[in-house]
Amino acid sequence: MKCEELLRLLNEYVDGTVDPAVCVEFEKHMAGCNPCQVVVDNIRQTITLYKDGRPYAMPVQFREKMHDTLRKKWKEKFPAP
Amino acid sequence: MTNPLIPETTDAELVRLAKAGGLNAFEALTNRYEQRVYGLAMRMLRQEQDAEDVTQQTFLSVLENLEGFRGEASFSTWVLRIASHGALKIIRKRKGLNTVSLEEAAEAADDFNSVPHPEFIADWRQSPEHLVERNEVRRLLDDALTRLDEKHRLVFLLRDVEGLSVAETAEALELSEANVKVRLLRARLQLREDLTRVLGDPARQLVRSHYHHE
Repeated sequence: MKCEELLRLLNEYVDGTVDPAVCVEFEKHMAGCNPCQVVVDNIRQTITLYKDGRPYAMPVQFREKMHDTLRKKWKEKFPAP
Repeated sequence: MTNPLIPETTDAELVRLAKAGGLNAFEALTNRYEQRVYGLAMRMLRQEQDAEDVTQQTFLSVLENLEGFRGEASFSTWVLRIASHGALKIIRKRKGLNTVSLEEAAEAADDFNSVPHPEFIADWRQSPEHLVERNEVRRLLDDALTRLDEKHRLVFLLRDVEGLSVAETAEALELSEANVKVRLLRARLQLREDLTRVLGDPARQLVRSHYHHE
């Protein structure tokens, strides 16, 4: 496998959807190519960092207002008997 | 009767109760997903008022369309799809593109062969678990995301941050799966490049002397 082929298969490898036979080739290449190994590590760390990052907190006032609106709409839709 | 307020109640059960008119169940579903919807809208739109509008519209739409929700997708996927459609509408309006699909045609030539090669290659000085706690890292992540092309950023947000599948991301953004895959690769590579230039250990930088051709 060439470095460029590895780049093309990067998504499938990182997401665990790569064909098992191709996966063997991929890992064989990485074992002999330190830069490719580090790129794969970096990509995994990048995804982890974004996934685990602190989310934007919803403003409390907006949340209360939204829940009021939703409750009102709900009662129009399901009027109490 | 199931108490919709306990965390163990599944989304599917809450949906069933809400369809039967259970306001508690509907509110429990809203409580479960409002932060995620708001966070996604903020990351897509980077503007509080627009993010609030999208969040409220999303849950109003859930309320209106709940009867039609058959559970083919999970509830979370369904909600995130509604939210991303709403955010996309705003993005298109901002660009004056009310009818045009998100530049898919122009992307045709953008295949895997034109993906840029990694340049700055180095192990990071710290693990993501340590980094994620630091405020300056938050800023770094936001800045790097802002530097991405919008078309790449949206795919990355839905696929990698929100955890939708490639097929679900394609559906939410009205793109082909092939397109999602190329955009995702570009996004991941560019973010890796940007973050590694700051977080990578220069002492351990690897310079490619040559490309392996075998």
